[in-house]
Amino acid sequence: MEFGPHLMLASLEGAVIASVLVLTSMGLSIVFGVMRVVNVAHGEFYMLGAVLAWYVTSLLGGHPAVGFVAALVAAPLLVGAIAASADRVILKHLKYDPDRTIVATIGLLYIIQQTTLMTFGPDARPVAPPFNHRLALPWFEFGDSGFAMYWPWGLSTTSYKLFVIAAAAVVLIALWLLITRTKIGLIMRATQQDSETAQAFGIPVGRVYSMVFGLGAALAALGAVLVVPIQQAHYLMGADPLLLSFIVVIIGGLGSLPGTVVAALLIGMSDGIISVFFSPTLAKIIATFLVAMVLVWRPQGLFGRSVP
Amino acid sequence: MLEVKNIHAAYGDAITLHGVSFDVQPSEILCLLGRNGAGKTTTLKTVMGILPVTSGSVTLEGEEMSSLPPHEIPRRGIGYIPQGRRLFPELTVNQNIEIGLMTRGMGKDTKEWVLELFPRLRERLKQTAGTLSGGEQQMLATARALCLRPKVLLLDEPTEGLQPSMIALIRDVILKMKNEGFAIVLVEQKVDAVLQVADRVVFIENGRSVDRATAADLKRDPQMLTQYLGV
Repeated sequence: MEFGPHLMLASLEGAVIASVLVLTSMGLSIVFGVMRVVNVAHGEFYMLGAVLAWYVTSLLGGHPAVGFVAALVAAPLLVGAIAASADRVILKHLKYDPDRTIVATIGLLYIIQQTTLMTFGPDARPVAPPFNHRLALPWFEFGDSGFAMYWPWGLSTTSYKLFVIAAAAVVLIALWLLITRTKIGLIMRATQQDSETAQAFGIPVGRVYSMVFGLGAALAALGAVLVVPIQQAHYLMGADPLLLSFIVVIIGGLGSLPGTVVAALLIGMSDGIISVFFSPTLAKIIATFLVAMVLVWRPQGLFGRSVP
Repeated sequence: MLEVKNIHAAYGDAITLHGVSFDVQPSEILCLLGRNGAGKTTTLKTVMGILPVTSGSVTLEGEEMSSLPPHEIPRRGIGYIPQGRRLFPELTVNQNIEIGLMTRGMGKDTKEWVLELFPRLRERLKQTAGTLSGGEQQMLATARALCLRPKVLLLDEPTEGLQPSMIALIRDVILKMKNEGFAIVLVEQKVDAVLQVADRVVFIENGRSVDRATAADLKRDPQMLTQYLGV
């Protein structure tokens, strides 16, 4: 395949990675932005979403679409509820102290991971996509006879991958509307800016924190449900999303939601493109190098504000 | 109305209040006076439930406040204007007001009422609070607290860092609230300003309420001011 069509193919793969990454990173960013908690267990909520998606689909059987739709609803809700309970039982009692919550979420990481291993076993589990039509993609070239369209061999994607991109965009818009246009969003932003004053205006800060921790985990789980028909679900799959999400929120600026979106697109696209042309390992090396550069030259991230 | 009886409070292990008592009635302005670090702001924070009461009691119209979750205290009708205004700086003026209205489920009539008190805020409704001038920020902090239509209003140094014209405006609003039946607890450093508006004064020293007087008595005999404030 020529370079142009090959790049387009790599960009599409990158867009799928970016779509899932943007959801996962938004979860991590919202939790840090509102609660100032660095959630090291975030990748395990992603893993749990994927494993529960497999469990729900295998439990229901029938047409793959039925199980997938059920998983799309049930897995984020279950994971969100587990995270909200973890907040009430663990983080609340640590008074959201930044250092102690890091240690606590490391503990939570191992509890979730090992419980999943004991319950579901070590095998990787496939989930059938609800639909998966192969779509050939056209390529345009300017030649002697003007613009010409042709169908290069191998330049194709699947309807499911396009669905992942569209679904992530819809969820992102819904999240933006929730935060900017609703009463719940206003309460979340007030709590983020000054939790003590928010409390003095009748906002139950503890409940807001539980809801936000649950929402962050549910977003990670949603990303995982979307990805699990492409990648298989297994108990160790949380590490990569955690690393990439941290890379995204550091580059975008901790707690900055627009920064998170831009950085997720940047890292996701570059990860896809570099993985296709070179290797996935090189993609991770470059991403972590980029984080190091951002931390040296702009520690507040691309969109974050420096602390005076 | 609001009765504070021998409250003790602590920041972590450090005990900061060792027995503060006062009461305030409707249409009355009570001022807490004391040197820097005496415990005035801590007293207001403890009444609001931001710091837990370790012993003693805070009652509003006979209902114990110190056993309620902190977010229930403003819902019962205690409004708070914190030191330094503590607005939500990235929310608009309108959204800051909405937060105040939400606290006790107040509606558009309350919003109109506060915007009539502070017409300048009406012109700034879409502006983010952090970009307002100091005086406008104080207006917004006051408006936000008044959106609760509180029974008791706690004000912590409302004139700090303001120019004289703005101080006069805030003083007029405080007096207007008093005439409308609000019970007001005021923490203020400017003794002259206090004596202009206060009905009674409680002196706080080292986390204790140590003395009390009427403003009229203090105007006649300022000896207590010299004793507790060195002025």
